[in-house]
Amino acid sequence: MNAKRPWLAPLLSLVFFAVFVGLWHLGTKQTVGEVIVDPEYAALIGAAAATGGQSAMPGPVDVAVKLWEHISDPFYDRGTNDKGIGIQLGHSIARVLVGFGLAALVAIPLGFVIGMSPLVYKALDPFIQVLKPISPLAWMPLALYTIKDSGISAIFVIFICSLWPMLINTAFGVAAVRKDWLNVARTLEVSRLRTAFQVILPAAAPTIMTGMRISVGIAWLVIVAAEMLVGGTGIGYFVWNEWNNLSIANIISAILFIGLIGMVLDNTLARLGRAVTYKE
Amino acid sequence: MTQHFLQVEGLAKRFPGPKGKDDLTVFENIHFGIDKGEFVCIIGHSGCGKTTILNVLAGLDEASDGTVIMDGKEIYGPSLDRGVVFQGHALLPWLTTLKNVEFGVRSRWPGWSAQQIEEHSTKYLEMVGLGSALHKKPSELSGGMKQRVGIARAFAIQPKMLLLDEPFGALDALTRGTIQDELLGIVQATHQTVFMITHDVDEAILLADKIMLMSNGPYAKIAEIVEVTMPRDRTRSTIHHDPQYYRIRNHLVDFLVNRSKDFAGAAAAGHDARHPPVVRPGLEGSAEVVPMPAHLQSLSAKDADRPAPLVSKASA
Ligand SMILES: Nc1ncnc2c1ncn2[C@@H]1O[C@H](COP(=O)(O)OP(=O)(O)OP(=O)(O)O)[C@@H](O)[C@H]1O
Ligand SMILES: [Mg+2]
Repeated sequence: MNAKRPWLAPLLSLVFFAVFVGLWHLGTKQTVGEVIVDPEYAALIGAAAATGGQSAMPGPVDVAVKLWEHISDPFYDRGTNDKGIGIQLGHSIARVLVGFGLAALVAIPLGFVIGMSPLVYKALDPFIQVLKPISPLAWMPLALYTIKDSGISAIFVIFICSLWPMLINTAFGVAAVRKDWLNVARTLEVSRLRTAFQVILPAAAPTIMTGMRISVGIAWLVIVAAEMLVGGTGIGYFVWNEWNNLSIANIISAILFIGLIGMVLDNTLARLGRAVTYKE
Repeated sequence: MTQHFLQVEGLAKRFPGPKGKDDLTVFENIHFGIDKGEFVCIIGHSGCGKTTILNVLAGLDEASDGTVIMDGKEIYGPSLDRGVVFQGHALLPWLTTLKNVEFGVRSRWPGWSAQQIEEHSTKYLEMVGLGSALHKKPSELSGGMKQRVGIARAFAIQPKMLLLDEPFGALDALTRGTIQDELLGIVQATHQTVFMITHDVDEAILLADKIMLMSNGPYAKIAEIVEVTMPRDRTRSTIHHDPQYYRIRNHLVDFLVNRSKDFAGAAAAGHDARHPPVVRPGLEGSAEVVPMPAHLQSLSAKDADRPAPLVSKASA
């Protein structure tokens, strides 16, 4: 439809963005001026805070300034509660990748076995059915109690939440490999190991990659909540800390970065997925 | 009994019936033999069990009864001795044409170098006219080209016997003709032993030395074996000039249209499943109207009021 005008969609995006920022600007500007301050209260807590300069909703300009501060110096480290947003994001990404990677190491081979053997599938199915719907955060206290390390507990929570989509998709992909392809391998007397790696794995790869993409998305959602609970480092902890500081501009900046990183993770896996997709 | 290269004895296939009902017997008492270098086609209505027989020969399926002996050994499981061309080509879609063929060649000769494997595979792809499509993925090939890759893959492992399940069923008439010619050429050159399922009467006459006619299921049987008595150097363009061609064709069509129903179950009493009648319709009768061969007339005379069908009816 819009093949002749490829610039139309981006232009429309810009318009939406401008309208949003404009409304945001108008909405936040008024409240700042209209706050009526009890002078005694102002004296008590400091004028700036009382008029809402700190705690009131920041406008787009305030957020832009904060964003620029974060981008221009993302990796500073001034003690436990004052680290650059780059460092915090780095911690979160590292936890997600480690937890997700460990989950893949378990889920893909296990999913293979489940997909190939109806017996193993039937035997494990009740456990999977019960474990899958548990909120990953429900594991947190148990993890903290047994592991006694908050960082590793967060990784464990990521591991648990990444496990299920990959496990289920791998099993499904392996079980759904076309009978014809397996028969080809059988008539050519291809060994079981070679069949697994050269027929079943490439045949199921697109389904497995879809599972991995879902997993990494969930992991990135869960890490923020997990870090709010365990504290210390990470973007989740950063958000919680800035809430305690009542720095809404920082929180909004962090939210933006969380969204951007999530998008990058998703796009990366989508690209990997396309690389292993085949057309029949 | 003389020992054939491939000997099928008393083959039967039964599927468990629904609860409380009897088993479903697709076919039973199937006996036939195939000699080395022979091209045998099997024709029968849909569902009579042709694919099942082929899968048993391939070792992909197990019969409920009976044995298959090839080259003196009983068949157990699939083997590189029997190359299969699947009904739906069954190429691995993530591999190129060349890699698809190499996949089997590597398995056949594990000691070969990568270069040897590539040369050998390329040779067979060139043989089916795909020398210029070595690095294309199956999705980039036409239906006919895909089927050719399947044929090259089966030939490349140099099996003792080739099994083809309706290899050209999904192709248009023109493409089918071209590939039939290619197959004919390769088989004549290599003296490959072939067992092939087809629905196409003309295809069977062009390619086969013997055509096995299978009656309708359940309880399907090898009703008779038609010998194609025309000289082996047939071609698609000249085969129509041979008067034998029409006699054989009429005989086959008559079987499919009229007689294939009557062999099921008890109606086939008097039919010796161990030695299905061998007929040579090409050498008997006239080209226009072929009455049923005498020995079969006596057979179907058992249903009294049914006149011996004439072929002209069927091919009209
Ligand atoms: N798993 C199964 N359970 C019950 N019946 C089956 C099963 N598989 C096949 N059949 C029956 O076996 C019969 C033979 O099937 P087969 O595929 O061998 O037929 P075919 O002669 O190759 O037919 P077509 O010409 O259509 O390919 C069919 O009637 C089918 O209904
Ligand atoms: Mg079939």
